[in-house]
Amino acid sequence: MVETPAPTFQKPIAGETESGGIGGILVRPEKLRAEVRNLSFWYGDFLALKSVNLPIADREVTALIGPSGCGKSTLLRSFNRMHDLYPGNRYDGEITLLPEGRNVVGPQTDAILIRLRIGMVFQKPNPFPKSIYENVAAGLRVRGINRKSVLDERVEEALRGAALWNEVKDRLHDSAYGLSGGQQQRLCIARTLAPNPEIILFDEPTSALDPIATARIEELIDELQQHYTIVIVTHNMQQAARISSYTAYMHLGEMTEFNATKEFFTNPRHERTQQYITGRFG
Amino acid sequence: MSSSADAFRPSEAFLRRRRLIDLGMRAVLFLSAALSVFVTAAIVYVLVSESWGFFTEVSLWTFLTDTQWTPVFAQPRYGILPLLTATLWAAGIAIAIAIPFGTVLAVYLSEYAPAAVRETVKPMLELFGAIPTVVYGYFALLFLTPLFQTFIPGLTGFNLLVPGIVLGIMILPYIVSISEDAMRAVPASLREGAFALGMTRLQTTFKVIIPGAFSGITAAYLLGMSRAVGETMVLAIAAGQNPNLTADPREGAATITSYIVQMSLGDLPHGSLAYQTIFAAGLALFLLTLFFNIVGFFLRRRFREAY
Repeated sequence: MVETPAPTFQKPIAGETESGGIGGILVRPEKLRAEVRNLSFWYGDFLALKSVNLPIADREVTALIGPSGCGKSTLLRSFNRMHDLYPGNRYDGEITLLPEGRNVVGPQTDAILIRLRIGMVFQKPNPFPKSIYENVAAGLRVRGINRKSVLDERVEEALRGAALWNEVKDRLHDSAYGLSGGQQQRLCIARTLAPNPEIILFDEPTSALDPIATARIEELIDELQQHYTIVIVTHNMQQAARISSYTAYMHLGEMTEFNATKEFFTNPRHERTQQYITGRFG
Repeated sequence: MSSSADAFRPSEAFLRRRRLIDLGMRAVLFLSAALSVFVTAAIVYVLVSESWGFFTEVSLWTFLTDTQWTPVFAQPRYGILPLLTATLWAAGIAIAIAIPFGTVLAVYLSEYAPAAVRETVKPMLELFGAIPTVVYGYFALLFLTPLFQTFIPGLTGFNLLVPGIVLGIMILPYIVSISEDAMRAVPASLREGAFALGMTRLQTTFKVIIPGAFSGITAAYLLGMSRAVGETMVLAIAAGQNPNLTADPREGAATITSYIVQMSLGDLPHGSLAYQTIFAAGLALFLLTLFFNIVGFFLRRRFREAY
């Protein structure tokens, strides 16, 4: 990855809030990988994101938290344009990939090319009805990589990266559905890692898993941030506190508060954030 | 508090009644299942026992290798081959049309078409199923055959080609409808996973949706095939009644089913050898369909990718 000077905000962000920061943004990470600017999103007539701002730090974990329906998953799914799959959805504003400055949600941007660069792990494990090997290879084959030697090497690397290799190395060609839920989720992580994405989106990746499997995924995300920029949506505040460097709290489609995770949880500025993290709300 | 808990305790009579209803329902359900098994067994029994008399007179070898089928001639011959090849020609043409078109249409409706198009096209396609097969038969004989004769030289008035095509049109809705259902039943989470990897719609369809729906798609093909093999009216009307061992679908030829319907229209003495040929031919048809189903079963087991 090319080292670049930390970009500065290129234009002022709308909306001074009561918490004092601009658009709820209380800290600016040193080095950004992406930046959401004044992003609004409509499901048909329903305005689900209201001019949201969010800096995404390079090779750090950014956690999005908030009550159900606050727009955190909607925001996450805007990063790889998943909303394009369904009719009637509309974006306004920018998600800028840095340093190049491409707007992910711009009308000229090809969503498929964006998805080749930004991987996603879903709430429920969703391996394809194929073998373990072919699941991990799928993202490579999509890119036209079909040489067996290349695939073999990269599949092993990705499975090691997802801490699954030792459990599956003797049954790579068995169906992915023979794996446990936690293993399936790590397989989905391996599938996402294999083509080496620039950013990985996690949409509540542990909500369908038991505590032990959850702990393994959390450890894994912690390791992955050395190489990857990660954005994670979670219902679990402890999880956000444990694994993220930055935390954003959203409420009714607005960005209420974004801060360094430690500061966010020890010294929440906004009243709603305080209420949420002390469990009095949400 | 304890008195209110007692108030909600079910009475003995209520529990007994519930148990009886449960047992009664179980018996009803078992009998429905047993009935379908019994009917199938009875049909197979009739087919086999009536054909038994036939095969004591005519050897299986003759039946399978003789090239003439003339049971009511003065010099009767009992070779199933002419009927079998005509059946396979017609069904083969039908399948060759219905599988590619049906699959493409199903993929379009399931993965590409806007909801409004799908909700319009699918019911219209299913309406084809409501057209009586005799109408398809005359459509083939009186409309399509004369039309095709203008550009296919040597196409006779009765032929296998046109009814085969019409049969393909006839089974198309089944193939579209069932494969589309199977594709749409593939969970949205798999589709999203495929798109999230950067797959195009076409890659998603071929790498994830079709493998996931393979079981249902095979079922659709098999049902279409069985219908084509067993279809009677279209062929009896438009392919002629003349058993004819031919490699040329421009000629007319009787299929197994059109022979059966032709014979049952006449008055063959019960128990005569000619009468028993109906059952022998029926048994051959049954075994043919069974064979396709077994092939389908193994195909499904081999390529099935459960989700």
